[in-house]
Amino acid sequence: MNPLRKRRLVLVGLLLLGIGSATALALTALSDNVNHFYSPSAVLAGEAPTARNFRLGGVVLEGSSKRDGSSLLASFAVTDRFKEVKVHYEGILPDLFKEGQSVIATGQLDQNGVFVAHEVLAKHDENYMPAEVADAIAKGKAQAGQTAEPKSY
Amino acid sequence: MLPEIGQVALILALLLAVIQAVIPLVGAQLNREPLMLLARPAAYGQFAFLLFAFAILVEGFVTQDFSIAYVAQNSNLQLPMHYRVSAVWGAHEGSLLLWVLMLSGWTVALALFSKALPLPFVARALGTMGIISVGFVSFTAISSNPFLRHVPALADGNDLNPLLQDFGLIVHPPMLYMGYVGFAVAFAFAVAALLDGRIDRQWVRWSRPWTNVAWGFLTVGIALGSWWAYYELGWGGWWFWDPVENASFMPWLVGAALIHSQAVTEKRGTFGAWTLLLAISAFSLSLLGAFLVRSGVVTSVHAFASDPERGMFILTFLVIVTGGALILYAIRAPKLIGGPPVGLFSRESLLLANNILLTVACAMVLLGTLYPLVAEAMGWGKVSVGPPYFGLMFFVLMAPLVWLIPLGALTRWQSDSLPNVWLWLRSAAALAAVAAAIAWVAQRELPIKAVLAIAAGAWVVFGTAAFLRRRWKTAARGQRLSAEMLGMTLAHIGVGMFVVGVAVTESLNVERDVRMTPGDTVEVAGYQVRFVKLRPYDGPNFHADEGVFEIMKNGVVLSEQHPQKRQYLRGQVMTEAAIDAGFFADFYIALGEPIDGGNAWAVRLYYKPMIRWIWLGALLMMFGAFIAATERRLRQTVREESPLPAGAAVVN
Repeated sequence: MNPLRKRRLVLVGLLLLGIGSATALALTALSDNVNHFYSPSAVLAGEAPTARNFRLGGVVLEGSSKRDGSSLLASFAVTDRFKEVKVHYEGILPDLFKEGQSVIATGQLDQNGVFVAHEVLAKHDENYMPAEVADAIAKGKAQAGQTAEPKSY
Repeated sequence: MLPEIGQVALILALLLAVIQAVIPLVGAQLNREPLMLLARPAAYGQFAFLLFAFAILVEGFVTQDFSIAYVAQNSNLQLPMHYRVSAVWGAHEGSLLLWVLMLSGWTVALALFSKALPLPFVARALGTMGIISVGFVSFTAISSNPFLRHVPALADGNDLNPLLQDFGLIVHPPMLYMGYVGFAVAFAFAVAALLDGRIDRQWVRWSRPWTNVAWGFLTVGIALGSWWAYYELGWGGWWFWDPVENASFMPWLVGAALIHSQAVTEKRGTFGAWTLLLAISAFSLSLLGAFLVRSGVVTSVHAFASDPERGMFILTFLVIVTGGALILYAIRAPKLIGGPPVGLFSRESLLLANNILLTVACAMVLLGTLYPLVAEAMGWGKVSVGPPYFGLMFFVLMAPLVWLIPLGALTRWQSDSLPNVWLWLRSAAALAAVAAAIAWVAQRELPIKAVLAIAAGAWVVFGTAAFLRRRWKTAARGQRLSAEMLGMTLAHIGVGMFVVGVAVTESLNVERDVRMTPGDTVEVAGYQVRFVKLRPYDGPNFHADEGVFEIMKNGVVLSEQHPQKRQYLRGQVMTEAAIDAGFFADFYIALGEPIDGGNAWAVRLYYKPMIRWIWLGALLMMFGAFIAATERRLRQTVREESPLPAGAAVVN
C-alpha cells in the first residue's frame, strides 16, 4: 500500500470512528431529552406519560389563573377548548402570559392529574399561536365532531 | 411615489444581478475578455440600486409614511427616531432587504479587492455571487416586497415589537447577516476554483482573509444576540439552544473548521478537497439558517412570523445552490493533488482533529435542531429536543478540542514529537494547574467539572502564551509575530476566556425568584438586596413601574438599580432588567409580576459571576479573525504552484 493510500485510510478510519461514536452518543442523548407534545384532550385520554417530562400546550383558560397569597406558586388551567388540565408552576410567569393566550408548559403529571411545570413559555408575538397549539385545537375539534360545540367563555 | 421608485430600483438591481450571474460565467467559459469584464460594473450598479432602495425604505420609516404597509406594521408615531431606523430590519421584509444589500456590499468589496487576481477567476467568483444575488433579490421583490402600499394610508402605524426596541437589535442583525452573507465569498471562491479546474493552493490563499472576516462578523453577531437575550428577555440566560440560535451557530462551527483547514491547504496543499467541501457547507448552512428562521418550520422564540411560501422559496434555492455546488465538486474534486504525506503527530493531524470535532459538533447541533421536523414527518408525534441534549453533546465534543488548542500552534508541520512540544508547554501546564487550584481554594463549592474547565481555559491562555514565548526566542527580530499569528493568539485566548466564563457562570450563578414588598431585604450570594420603593416612570412610548433597589455588602450600599416593568401604549408588557455589570460578576435584578394586588412583587435576583467573560472571549475571537485577515502574505500570489517538497519544515 502506498503512503498516500495509507494516509487516506487512516483519515477515513478516524472520520468513521468519530462519526460512529458521536452518533451512538447522540442517539442516547436524544432519546433521553426528547419532549413530546400533548394537548389537554390527549392528556385526559391517558396518552401522556406519567413519570416523564412532556410539553403541554393550549390556551390559558379565562378566569383560571390564580396566585398563592404567600409564595410564588401560580396555578392555571390549560385548555384546547374541549378539555382542560390544571397546571401548577412555582416562579415568575413570562410577560406575555395572559388568560386567553397560548402557552407551552414543560413538566410532569403528578398523582392527582395536576401538571407540575418547570418551564412556561409564551410567545414573543402576541398575535401568534404556536403551530402545536393551533393544531391541537383543530384536532380536538375534529375528535369532538359536530356533536358538541366548543365551550366558550 | 418614492416606494414605487424603490420597487423599480429593486427590479433594476435584479436585472443587473442576472447579468452579473450569466455573462461573466459564459465569458469565462468561452474565454472572452469583454464578457468577463462586465462582472465588475454589474456588481457596482447592483449595489447602487440596492443602496438606493434601502435608503428609500429608511426614508419611509423616518418620515413615517404609513401608506407603506411594512412601515405601518412595524412603527408608529410614538416610536423614537433611532428605533425608526432600526425598525427597517425589525421584521422579515426589511431584514431581507438588509441581507441583500450586504450580499451586494460583499460582492463590491470582492470586485474592488480582486484586481490582482486573474480575470477568469474573478469573473467566475463574481458570477457565483451574482447567482446567489439573483435568488435573494428575486425573493425580496416577488414574495417579500417591503414597498407594498397599504391603501388607504393609515393615520398611525402598529408598533415595533418592544423586545426589539433596544440597542441590541440595532446592531445584532447587521453583524449576524454580515457573517452569514460573508460566507458567500468563500463559497464563490470554491465554486470559481472548481469551475476553473485548477484547484491548487492559490484560491485558498485568496479566500482566507474573506473567510476570517465573515467568521469574525458572525462571532460578534452571535455574541450580541446572546448578550441581548441576557438583558432583554429578562430571564438572565445567555444561550438557550433555541433552533434559531442553532441556525447561526452551525455556520459558525463549520466556519471555524474552514478557517483552520484553509490554513492547512494554503500552507501545505493537503486537505484541498475537504476545504472546498467546508467552504460549500458553511454557506449552505447559512442558507439553512435563513430557511429555519424565516419559514416558521421550527417553534422558536425568535422566529419571524411564519409563511410557508417563503420557506419553500428558500428551500428550493438552498437545494439549487448547494446541490449545484456539490455536483460540481463531485465532478472536479477527484482531480485534486494532495500535499506531502504527514506523520501521526504533526500540525496537520492536530488540525484534522480540530476539523473533525468542529464538524461533528455541527452535525450534532443539526441533528437536534432538525429532529423535531423529521419526527413530525415520520409521524412520531410533535417533539422538542431539550437543552440537556445539546449541552451534553457539546461538552463531550468541545472538551478535547479545547485541550488540543495549545498543541496545535506549537507542533511543526509534517512531523514532530510530543516531548519536543511538551518542552515549551510544561510551564503552561503548571500555571494552568495553579490557576485551577487557586480557583478551587477560593470557591470550595466549585464542582470538579468546573475546576477542570477552569484548568482547560487557563491551559489555553498560558499555552498560547507559550507559543508567543517560543516565537520570541527562536524567530529573528522583525519576523517574530505576523498578523496571522497575532490574530490566532488573540482568538485562542478568547476561547480560553470563554471557557472560564462558561464554567464559572454555570456552576456559581445564584438565581433566586422571590416575593418582595417595598422595604424587604433579601440575601443573595453574600450581598443584601433591599427593595426600597416602587415609582412610576414615563418613557416616550410606554409607562412603567420602576423599582428602586439597593445592593449592599455588610450594610454598605454598593449601587442602586432601577429595573422596570413597562407597559407599551400598544398593550405589550416588557421586563427591563437592571444589571450591575462587572468584570468579575453581574448583579441582575428584574421585576417579575405584581402579586397580591400590587402590594408585593415577584422579583428575580440573579448573581452571575464572570458572565462578561463569555462575550469578551467572543470579542477577542472576532478581533483575532480580523487581525489575521490583514496578513500581508495572503495578498501575494503563490510563487511555487507544486506542493512543498517532502521534508521541508515550515515553522509558523
